Amino acid sequence: MAEHTSEHHIIPLKYYFGVFSLLMVFTALTVFVAKFDLESVWGPLNIIVALTIAVIKATAVVLIFMHVKWSSKLTQVIIIAGLFWLAILLIMTMADYLVRGGWGFPAVK
Amino acid sequence: MAEHAAHHPGLAHHFVSMEQQKEAGTVGMWLFLLTEVMFFGGLFLAYTIYRAKYPSGFTQGSHLLSVPLGGLNTVVLIVSSLTMAMAVYYSQFGDRKKLLGFLVVTLLLGSVFLVVKYFEYTEKFHHHLFPAVGFYNPSADHPPTQFHQPVRVFLWIYFLMTGLHALHMIIGIGLLLVLIYLTHKGKFTKYYNSPIEIFGLYWHFVDIVWIFLFPLLYLTGYHLSSGGH
Repeated sequence: MAEHTSEHHIIPLKYYFGVFSLLMVFTALTVFVAKFDLESVWGPLNIIVALTIAVIKATAVVLIFMHVKWSSKLTQVIIIAGLFWLAILLIMTMADYLVRGGWGFPAVK
Repeated sequence: MAEHAAHHPGLAHHFVSMEQQKEAGTVGMWLFLLTEVMFFGGLFLAYTIYRAKYPSGFTQGSHLLSVPLGGLNTVVLIVSSLTMAMAVYYSQFGDRKKLLGFLVVTLLLGSVFLVVKYFEYTEKFHHHLFPAVGFYNPSADHPPTQFHQPVRVFLWIYFLMTGLHALHMIIGIGLLLVLIYLTHKGKFTKYYNSPIEIFGLYWHFVDIVWIFLFPLLYLTGYHLSSGGH
């Protein structure tokens, strides 16, 4: 009865090597890019580039290493809901801080 | 009861099938990992707030960290994530030898990470960079200007975030030791490898945290390092 477990879910090794290569290349890339003064082009550009690279790396790990690409819809919805909650934490709090005066931040009037 | 006896020994009695048991385990682990996301999320929020408040303090603080050592640890963790993924892969075939081998390699890489972290921390303590009473010494090796409050805030956040991450690594290594023992005892087969897969989720999660910590802590202000310091 239980003898046909998930054999068809086994993900070929080439996916893992693909993600591994991407992670290594993007690690080198993030160090390389961090050497350039992108802030002279636009204030937050350095951090935006660094975070974009980090998000791409994290997404590859979640989808392939953590098998979420092949997970049930339930698991995928739970993960998206969790990340949405994290976004609420970060965005709502910063939206509050950034419009307050007297804390070292420029107040929006 | 006779029906139960026919089931796989790894199947707990409250599940209908191995598939259902595995799905419940996976969903449960993800719920736990999302509480971890919120746990670390609070620290990432603190980082964001104080970085917005003290941009130059974060640049100065970041210059106190070693990019080569941080980069080395990033590579070590990425390789350990690959070896963990390979361990899960071979567990799906019930290949006990390769499973055992990749779990041990993952364990060793996790230990290398902690050893590097140990040297980093020791060096910080030695230079009085740990921002607590008894460690803080403005007349020590570094000029006092580096110890202004913004830099101390950065160092607090550095030690909190990397310390919490290192704690997760230590717990992960403890769990790996248990899994290695159980694998050695022949507990896992191609029909029952859920603990390996679920531990894999934890290990990759810890890797993801570091993927964000490395650029945010070590590389912030890297482009300015030729100028100041």
